[in-house]
Amino acid sequence: MRFFALVTRIMQQMFRDKRAMALLFLAPLLVLTLMYFIFHSDEVDTTLGVVGLDEKVVTLIEHGDINVKKYDHLSQQQALDDKLDGWLKVENGKVLLTLQNDQPSRAKALQLKLKQALSGQQQAAMQISVDYVYGDEDTALFDVISPILVSFFVFFFVFLIAGIALLKERTTGTLERLLSTPIRRFEVVFGYVVGYGIFAIIQTLLVIFYAVKVLDVVLVGSIWHVLIINICLAFVALSLGILLSSFASSEFQMVQFIPLVIIPQIFFTGIFPMDGMADWLVNIGKIMPLYYASDAMTGIMYKGYQLNEIVSDLGVLLGFACVFIVFNILSLKKYRTL
Amino acid sequence: MAVSVEISHVQKQFRKHIVLQDISLTVEKGKIFGMIGPSGCGKTTLIKVMVGMLKADQGQVTVLGKPVPQFDLIEKIGYMAQSDALYTDLTGNENLQFFAKLYHLSKKQRAEKIAYAAEVVQLKDDLKRKVQDYSGGMKRRLSLAIALIQNPEILILDEPTVGIDPALKKMIWMELERLRDKEQKTIFITTHVMDEAEKCDELALMREGKILTQGTPKKLKTAFDADNFDDVFLKAGGYQA
Repeated sequence: MRFFALVTRIMQQMFRDKRAMALLFLAPLLVLTLMYFIFHSDEVDTTLGVVGLDEKVVTLIEHGDINVKKYDHLSQQQALDDKLDGWLKVENGKVLLTLQNDQPSRAKALQLKLKQALSGQQQAAMQISVDYVYGDEDTALFDVISPILVSFFVFFFVFLIAGIALLKERTTGTLERLLSTPIRRFEVVFGYVVGYGIFAIIQTLLVIFYAVKVLDVVLVGSIWHVLIINICLAFVALSLGILLSSFASSEFQMVQFIPLVIIPQIFFTGIFPMDGMADWLVNIGKIMPLYYASDAMTGIMYKGYQLNEIVSDLGVLLGFACVFIVFNILSLKKYRTL
Repeated sequence: MAVSVEISHVQKQFRKHIVLQDISLTVEKGKIFGMIGPSGCGKTTLIKVMVGMLKADQGQVTVLGKPVPQFDLIEKIGYMAQSDALYTDLTGNENLQFFAKLYHLSKKQRAEKIAYAAEVVQLKDDLKRKVQDYSGGMKRRLSLAIALIQNPEILILDEPTVGIDPALKKMIWMELERLRDKEQKTIFITTHVMDEAEKCDELALMREGKILTQGTPKKLKTAFDADNFDDVFLKAGGYQA
């Protein structure tokens, strides 16, 4: 097949372009790590205030790597002044855990440590109910946004690199030269999709394994499902990137698409709450590929969905890719009528 | 005589600008046909219409008896564009390999063809270097080698000898003549270098999208009573020499 020639050539070129490789593979890891440290700080000691708790239980908690401060009496104001991450209070025989939750990750870490420190029996006997000063139990920012971030990186870098690569072929005349050979237009597009698709898959693998194994991002569902979603998304980014490259006449003009095409999509990924959005605005989100990818990714990674629960998201993504690919094949008519 | 390319009454315009105006010409098999004209006169557009990359608004183009565009015709035309459309981050050899693969050549055929084409343009020792390190002339030669790679029946060369030193220019012309004489190839060449006009079997002078005159070099010189082609060109265009 002729398009294999194209795939081989793209790979040769990519391996030569060390900087593009670094951008594709290392930049996502760098940004992800940065985000991790910004949103995640469970390295820091967590401090728990206790009021009227059994001494035996307090010792257990202290063994669980939690700093414990004992109070006879504690108001919420004092707890906040003392910068407690949370406090346990015994009132009328019931145990109430109040979490400050200004940083969801700290609250989560404290809760987790507490659970580990106390045996299941004790927890059952104590009947701990949980209250939050800020937010609620669903807030765990990095856990929620990391699946979206992974998809975002895949989309962003694949879009940019594939778009610029085809743009270079347009401006240097090699695309025209290519189309003066018997290669079919669809072979050019498929060659690009497969050639850069391979790098997109490697990038996805790298980002996901790094996020899950090194940064310890929550992954409840299957890692293979995560891969499938991102491969579909990469195809969308690729085909959209090479399509939009025909509307740019320089690399800089390609970069100008970022605030137009990439940034608006972020608002519809779920990083920002969509509950308060006007209906028409929500509908705009539904034409954005990242909306579906984020939905599927948070589904698999955070909520532990199975493949059949995200199949409609995948369908939409593949639909996007198919439409863009067809447009690409048609747009090459500009270079050769046949 | 067998006819390789037949162009009749071809018209092409981009928006309101007429680029080709009622162009008719016949290129015979086994001949070198030269198209002479200043930059911007429509030579490249005409070539793109011949190769089938652009569609004529009016008129007909037939290559080897078939109307363009067709895929099996594309395969029989070796095309060298005016700009060096090369992958500069790849080596000369990788460029040749890539284009050879597009013509479904076997590995053995590819090796043979690449060796032959590189020999013709004298790039054998530089094939392992990246194209970005090539000089302008070397890039031109590599483009020519790519046009030769599938052993085409017709060679369409858009200003092939720009930026090439005289010694190599002579070599390339000798090779073009050999291809014509020994292998019966048809060669269509554009140039604005007048001394190359002399070497063509058949010439057409073109200006502002129109063909001013055509014929053998000798015939043209007699017809316009000129010693060289600069004068032929001026007189055909209505200027006083």
